[in-house]
Amino acid sequence: MAIKILTEHINTPGIETFDVYRQKGGYTAVEKAIKTMTSEEVVEEAKKSGVRGRGGAGFPMGMKWGFLAKPEGVPRYLVCNADESEPGTFKDHHLMKCIPHLLIEGMIISSYALGANKSFIYVRGELMYVIRILEKAIEEAKAKGFLGKNILGTGYDLELIVQPGGGAYICGEETALLESLEGKRGNPRNKPPFPAVKGLYQSPTVVNNVESISNMPWIINNGGDAYAAIGLGRSTGTKLISASGHINKPGVYEIELGVSVDEFLNSDEYCGGVRTGHHLKALVAGGSSVPILPAHLITKTANGEDRLMSYESLSDGGFATGTMLGSGGFIVFDETACIVRNTWNFARFYHHESCGQCSPCREGTGWMEKVLHRIEHGHGSMHDIDLLVDISKKIEGNTICPLGDAAAWPVASAIRHFRDEFMWHITHPHEASQPGAVYQGEMALV
Amino acid sequence: MTESPNLVAFTPERQEKVKEIIARYPEGRQKSALLPVLHVAQEQWGWLSSEVMDHVASLLSLEPVEVYEVATFYTMYHLDPVGKHVIEYCRTGPCCLMGGEDIYGHLKQKLGIEAGQTTADGLFTLKEVECLAACGWGPVFQIREKYYMNLTNEKVDGIIEELSK
Repeated sequence: MAIKILTEHINTPGIETFDVYRQKGGYTAVEKAIKTMTSEEVVEEAKKSGVRGRGGAGFPMGMKWGFLAKPEGVPRYLVCNADESEPGTFKDHHLMKCIPHLLIEGMIISSYALGANKSFIYVRGELMYVIRILEKAIEEAKAKGFLGKNILGTGYDLELIVQPGGGAYICGEETALLESLEGKRGNPRNKPPFPAVKGLYQSPTVVNNVESISNMPWIINNGGDAYAAIGLGRSTGTKLISASGHINKPGVYEIELGVSVDEFLNSDEYCGGVRTGHHLKALVAGGSSVPILPAHLITKTANGEDRLMSYESLSDGGFATGTMLGSGGFIVFDETACIVRNTWNFARFYHHESCGQCSPCREGTGWMEKVLHRIEHGHGSMHDIDLLVDISKKIEGNTICPLGDAAAWPVASAIRHFRDEFMWHITHPHEASQPGAVYQGEMALV
Repeated sequence: MTESPNLVAFTPERQEKVKEIIARYPEGRQKSALLPVLHVAQEQWGWLSSEVMDHVASLLSLEPVEVYEVATFYTMYHLDPVGKHVIEYCRTGPCCLMGGEDIYGHLKQKLGIEAGQTTADGLFTLKEVECLAACGWGPVFQIREKYYMNLTNEKVDGIIEELSK
């Protein structure tokens, strides 16, 4: 069994309560950090661990902490990004629901490291029941002296606030999240200035994902070097993978980074293989925004090596042959899945969720949705395929935030790898527009 | 359906809750309370009428337009009256892979309404939503604070019948 950093105790009955979490060694890392370490030493351990942002960007967390400006007399903020909304990704939901004190312990340690006295957990509003769970856990931690004034008699104060969102995928983008937290529409801000300099209330702010922060208790208890020894290369530690789609065992799994894609997909410890009686057609490895890969590119890299669940191996070969680890949203498609319909579905999602601030995204996502809709419903033309590629290129890289790229990549990659399926939809309009119609051919039919 | 209130006021318990929410933020930053307070308002009135939004604006010392522009941006705020139970059905990729489209069709047939509509008896409003972050347990819909996961036609029938009692 692989090492479990985040999920070791997740199935323990009562782990959502302070007492059971404490019995399992919970909050010892808070004691160690704030009683025996300076904030700089805590930052140093985060740097040594090499843990990378688990929300999708994969930027080293300790380095991000190191950028935080520290002007005299200005408050600093830590904001936890719990606005998980990427189709295929549900690991933060699982973590907060099952073991809320792990995130709270991580928030205390991280806030201490950054010198923040007021920190926020911004949770997507749809997860109101999770917000109740977190609020209850915060009350418990406060009653035991781990939050509030003068924590454990050390003189360190921390107030932790759970902020509900209002239902908008864009609020997972860090500057849009800060706008929303300030009570505004979630329109991303131009960068620079970066949040580390001017973030929440124009003060220095760090925004980290739930899973990233939840690693901190283990890192403090065991040391950053011990964390860095797990995993593979610059993909250190473990990663939660949300597995969904046509597999025998959907769910959230904690893997050591570097496990092969083949093992993750097929072993009983994880997904348990493609749905029995069916075979693999395609896979999205890191949430809906990353490029989709066809079966022949999934388990082997361009060089014929085993493809591994790591930031580097999954992106091997760039977008021609690779994809991204992203948020770890592992969506599996068997031969019954229609790539065109799924691409239209994702395009509809991005059109719906575009904040509308940048024209390429606001207009382009709508165009892509409409063109894909007409192809899927038997009214497309061959020109539409190139038109989609053209629109995706005009969105990519031309927006304030990465939502534009996130909208463009699934469309561009679906056409790159499944152009024949799009062509079949166009050349067989009556057949393709039937409910459940799926292209089964190997090559283009025209 | 809840009628648009003529005299807008939070219940005493919710008034306390609103005060507590406003106090969470640094001095001068009470606008941060807007989203949470709108949730509390929607909990009380079911939807956000312009009178309710104006009331929230006055509580937070905001211009009414600052509330309107926020309430219209986020999909969770209802700007029209809704039924007793708002079914928020996930229409996104992973749920569809698990048969979500067929089950959605069944649900619409069962209720006799399309997305955005409310049943004649005022019991159910149907809304389409994007990913609910429960993809491994899809198809899924949410009613108020409860997630209903791994939906089947039979499960849907059972839930609707239970809530219709």
